Amino acid sequence: MKALSQKRRHPLAAIALLLMGLLITGGLYAVATTVNEAKASTTSYSADDVEEGGKLFAANCATCHGMGASGSEAGPSLVGVGAASVDFQVGTGRMPMQMNGPQAMKKPVQFNDEQTRQLAAYVASLGAGPAIPEEGLLDEGGDAAAGGELFRVNCAMCHNAAAAGGALTRGKFAPALADVSGKHIYEAMVTGPQNMPVFSDSNITPEDKRDIITFLKQIETTGSPGGADLGSLGPVAEGLFVWVAGLGVIIAFTIWLTSRTS
Amino acid sequence: MSAASTAEPAFVAKTKTGRVTDFVDQRVGGSGILREFGRKVFPDHWSFMFGEVALYSFVILLLSGTFLTFFFDPSMAETHYDGSYVPLKGVEMSVAYSSSLDISFDIRGGLFMRQVHHWAALLFVASIAVHMLRVFFTGAFRKPREMNWVVGGVLLILAMAAGFTGYSLPDDLLSGNGLRIIDGVIKSIPVIGTYISFFLFGGEFPGTAVIGRLYMLHILLVPALILLMIVLHLFMVVVHKHTQYPGPGRNDNNVVGYPLGPVYAAKAGGFFFIVFGVLALMAGFFTINPIWNYGPYDPSPVSAGTQPDWYIGFVDGALRLMPGTFGDWQVEQTWLGFVFSFNVLLPALVPAGILFTVMFMYPWIERWVTKDDREHHVLDRPRNAPTRTAIGMAGFVWYCVMWAAAGSDLIATHFSVSLNDVTYWLRALFFIGPIIAFIVTKRVALALQRKDREIALHGRETGRIVRLPHGEFIEVHAPLDEYKRYKLVGFESPQVLPAVPNEHGVVTRKEKRRAFLSKWFFEDRVAPATPAELEAAHGHGHEAVEAPEAAKSLSH
Repeated sequence: MKALSQKRRHPLAAIALLLMGLLITGGLYAVATTVNEAKASTTSYSADDVEEGGKLFAANCATCHGMGASGSEAGPSLVGVGAASVDFQVGTGRMPMQMNGPQAMKKPVQFNDEQTRQLAAYVASLGAGPAIPEEGLLDEGGDAAAGGELFRVNCAMCHNAAAAGGALTRGKFAPALADVSGKHIYEAMVTGPQNMPVFSDSNITPEDKRDIITFLKQIETTGSPGGADLGSLGPVAEGLFVWVAGLGVIIAFTIWLTSRTS
Repeated sequence: MSAASTAEPAFVAKTKTGRVTDFVDQRVGGSGILREFGRKVFPDHWSFMFGEVALYSFVILLLSGTFLTFFFDPSMAETHYDGSYVPLKGVEMSVAYSSSLDISFDIRGGLFMRQVHHWAALLFVASIAVHMLRVFFTGAFRKPREMNWVVGGVLLILAMAAGFTGYSLPDDLLSGNGLRIIDGVIKSIPVIGTYISFFLFGGEFPGTAVIGRLYMLHILLVPALILLMIVLHLFMVVVHKHTQYPGPGRNDNNVVGYPLGPVYAAKAGGFFFIVFGVLALMAGFFTINPIWNYGPYDPSPVSAGTQPDWYIGFVDGALRLMPGTFGDWQVEQTWLGFVFSFNVLLPALVPAGILFTVMFMYPWIERWVTKDDREHHVLDRPRNAPTRTAIGMAGFVWYCVMWAAAGSDLIATHFSVSLNDVTYWLRALFFIGPIIAFIVTKRVALALQRKDREIALHGRETGRIVRLPHGEFIEVHAPLDEYKRYKLVGFESPQVLPAVPNEHGVVTRKEKRRAFLSKWFFEDRVAPATPAELEAAHGHGHEAVEAPEAAKSLSH
């Protein structure tokens, strides 16, 4: 103790103390919160999957993402993006990307389920990242009303309250969510593809995500109680309809009423 | 006199119905009213029926609205939804929203009535707008109808007010966002804005009072004012008689058409049911304002694609177009410790203010410029008033640019273009669009007038090419019949009126301004073909093939 008290006025003492403090706080935080821990589930993939995925990656993805997915000028590094990201991007056809643009567009899927799984296995093996969600979170058995509230607060400003999509800046957009599988919705929330923010498990818990998926699937199956929904686009579509169809039909009637039979 | 009338045998109806009718008639004088009104003549044209569409939409609004008041509760008290729409089950919301959902899902015919009411509201304002465009472009606002034009403009504003107060009632997220924008606009008014907002909302937005207050305005004050204005409007229509399009035998002293009874009474009655039927079909097959999608109002979320109903769209669009900064200069300024939000105040109030001011004043502007104090009951074809038509189109395009801006996000997503580019283009069009529209419209109108003049003087091109004996080819022009020609030559064409001194021999500055405007209006007018010109062109028209020198004048 004497040695310690003698060195307490050492010029580096303050720095050492600061370092110690930071390490302890950081360490405690890391221990206390495990929700943000990246869930690497490489265990479920065989070494064979990883090897096959590596081959597929080298043939189809490495041009932009670089050998070993380390990234290049044309594409970001994929180390640590996790299997969920690969499953979303490849599974919805966004990757391999058709062309450069404001954001990757959805298109017909280029790989079968087996190949997608192998690619995911390979990327997951490179570094820990969000895993593909378990079936239990996607069963649409959550609370739709709670999911609706979460959706309106967190998602509707881009995706529209009826999930019909919306515009972002400079040609980017939030897509409509009808016909998107629960798995892809979940993966989008945890990985934040394109311009979407990441909704981590500490932000929206897995159960809340399940509620959101339940809500989206419910409004999709409920359909539109009031007749054709005109794209669920709100008053612009309604205004266009009343001017074109409503007034159009009425003008046709006025012409008929005032035409003379000669 | 009295002896004579008692000597006449009193009229006794033969049937029971006849006796009842006679009894009523002797006391209220119905037959006299019917005779007077039944003989009123209305000209026949499809474009004269938009006012009727507006009137019928209003009747449908009253009927469907009354049904909705039976079940709507304008309370902002909090409740938990317990109706049949599952995705909102148990969600905390206001009683107003909950009762709107009950009307939609748990009251028989409620959703249909809601949709009829809302579609009728959109059609009501749309038909008023088209009616006003027709009146403007045909010059029907001229003496003696200037005041009726103003009443019509007031009706348009009242219709917008009725629509907006109604749009806000369900207290859903979409309408709440709209109210929030109105709150922002009110608060941007310097000095008094915040006080007005607190007065309207009964405290800080959203408060617990505004839905109830809007409800009272929506079902009591605004409809009463609309009804009053409709009465004034129709009264003046009866007093002024209806205008008519120009044609042979039509002048400012007559009205050519069918009498109200029985032809128009039958047509108008039937037309009401046509409008009702069209609206009912729309309400039955097409969703409008699906409030269940939007969820209860909560000041924090704002949904993508949030827009007002179409008639408020131009104000929303102007707000969207307004930049918040010019380079480094902030449009929102802080002076003497007070914030002046010109970025909200200017776009929200200035374009609408200009549009409505010019609209209300236009009849007097044109009257002043032309010094025309005569009554006009024969309409102008739009091409025969090129400057007026061009001014109207400039205003129309300006409105449409702002209107389109309210849907800028949907233009971006649906045409795969950048939202920023849509905004930049619309900002440019906001300024140059009306100018281009004015120039193009005026040129088109003048060109059409020249074409009319050409046809009136030289007849219609037949497409028959004739070779003359000396080798020249000409196309034979067929002369028009008199009825068709009347349409091409029978219009008024005001001329430039130079400045004249007043009784003191002074040319006032105001008179100079008037003369300048008169020149601007009419300097490039195309005069209608005069009888002398027609005579000169026509005297040798028929012998065109035989007389070479006449044929030359025809074929140029």
